[in-house]
Amino acid sequence: MNRRALAVCAGLLVAMPFVAGEYYINLASQILIAALFALSLNLLVGYGGLTSLGHAAYMGVAAYVSGWLFLKFGFGHLASAPLALLVTTLMAAVFGLIALRASGIGFLMITLALGQVLWGLAFRWVTVTNGDNGLSGLTRPMPFGIDLNGANAFYFFTLIIFAASMVCIVAFANSAFGSVLRGTRDQPRRMLALGHNVWLVRYLTFISAGFWAAVSGLLFVYYHKFIHPQALGLTNSAETLLMVIAGGSGTLIGPIVGAAIVVLLKNYVSAFVERWTMLLGFVFLFIVLFMPDGVVPGVQRLWARLTGKGRAPQRGQP
Amino acid sequence: MFDKPLAFWLIQSLNSFSLGGLLFLLSAGFSLIFGLMRIANLSHGAYFMLGAYIGLSALRAGFGFVMAMLLAGLAVAILGGLIERFVIRRLSSNPLGQVLATLGISFIIADGCLLYWTGDPQQLATPELLRGVFRVGEAVFPKYRVAVIGIACLFAIGLWLLLEKTRIGAMIRAGVDDMEMARGVGIPVSMLFTAVFCLGSFLAGVGGVLGGPILSVYPGLDTDMLPLALVVVILGGVGSLVGAFVGSFIIGFVYTFGQTLIPDLAYMILFLPMILVLALRPRGLFGRISA
Repeated sequence: MNRRALAVCAGLLVAMPFVAGEYYINLASQILIAALFALSLNLLVGYGGLTSLGHAAYMGVAAYVSGWLFLKFGFGHLASAPLALLVTTLMAAVFGLIALRASGIGFLMITLALGQVLWGLAFRWVTVTNGDNGLSGLTRPMPFGIDLNGANAFYFFTLIIFAASMVCIVAFANSAFGSVLRGTRDQPRRMLALGHNVWLVRYLTFISAGFWAAVSGLLFVYYHKFIHPQALGLTNSAETLLMVIAGGSGTLIGPIVGAAIVVLLKNYVSAFVERWTMLLGFVFLFIVLFMPDGVVPGVQRLWARLTGKGRAPQRGQP
Repeated sequence: MFDKPLAFWLIQSLNSFSLGGLLFLLSAGFSLIFGLMRIANLSHGAYFMLGAYIGLSALRAGFGFVMAMLLAGLAVAILGGLIERFVIRRLSSNPLGQVLATLGISFIIADGCLLYWTGDPQQLATPELLRGVFRVGEAVFPKYRVAVIGIACLFAIGLWLLLEKTRIGAMIRAGVDDMEMARGVGIPVSMLFTAVFCLGSFLAGVGGVLGGPILSVYPGLDTDMLPLALVVVILGGVGSLVGAFVGSFIIGFVYTFGQTLIPDLAYMILFLPMILVLALRPRGLFGRISA
């Protein structure tokens, strides 16, 4: 994406709260949180070619740790946030050791199983997680004494965190390491022959994906001031994977567009009927059958053909 | 934790075996489908739940238990066959897409069940003949659970005979070991795909009905069972019937005893066998191919 488009988007995002109503500002916050989460998953799915169906675990654990530290020990956010990030990242480091014994569909199955194990734990370990009731009565942080309980203030807080994370993720994807990562996705054997440690590259990516998911998990719990085992469930993992794939995996804009589509669809549909799960299933089928590349690469290709210039952007994940 | 009477250990062992039997019905199909087609069929848990619900309706309509089992199995098998023909086959060049399509289908089935059978947990009636218990000393064994173990073992023997002693079984094994060669020597692989998918769905549907009186049926049964099947298959090795059998009973024991001894962490305990196997033998205990 070129600089002008980027500046326009940034301008729109900053101007949003001054024109839109509170409902839409909150919706925008949700989209940003979901987009950051999708971007973290995209590191694995899009750049690493490792499709995970247990990514909600990292978001959920970060949220639970933050909430639990507050409720149990009365930790402030300044202490609980770094601890939650640390615990989640360590967990990703352990899970990565297990899941990366396989790749492809084996990896998907193991991440799904690990994710469901944590979901079950959140439901059953009532003494810590409060089971099906979830952890409620949580608060939002007050950075520099600013109250974030208003929709506008929280939106800007989310936007700042999102932008900072986005810069880091873009730097990650465009770095030499990012190129090596894409290499391991497309030609793992060749990369191995070239002397790259394919396993280590994947492992480090796995950990960073866990870290960024944890960041989005903190935003998630700050937004809702509540956390329920559902946040760790397969549906959440699948929704996020859908954001990545529907938007276009392996692109930077794709997951953001996907997040916007899925969150808007979910909010719109839930206002009328309770059949979101079924619709999610149908959208999955539709995307997989008719739009396997996702929206963003499709539009980019179309644009390249229309203007007749520039090479067609590379397909992300085959 | 270990100061329980002997009867406790006996009863929990029986429970473990009966859960293992149910898991075998679920994971044998999953494992065969994976072994032959290289698809992780994520709608398998939903087939199990759908089977249980259809069994429930069949029982309420006055059919006998065996009939309900067959009806549910057949209905789910037909559904599986249609899905294989019309969805999965269209994505044959895209293994990841196939897996995601089965995930989408599982959501559709799960929400459809919720819509039709409502959200209340419902228990399937235990067949008349198998109500009551056996008494051995202090221990009390429900007859039905013993029967579940027997039925699961019968299915296991039947499947083993099918795979090892018949022509179609030999074709399936050839397909699991080397798809290209199997095609090359003229085995109708395409037909096999549909057949195995139907067979796997059938087993899941039957398993659902059989499990109904023990587990009961409720929304979320699918996502409760699917990870168990995944862990069994990771443990036993994909495409291996023996692996599914042994893996099912290991997980049956780990899960049952985990739940009674440390209920809070039962789900965590499932980790242990999976981690051990992945660390020491990533293709699973009896796996011939790696996932």
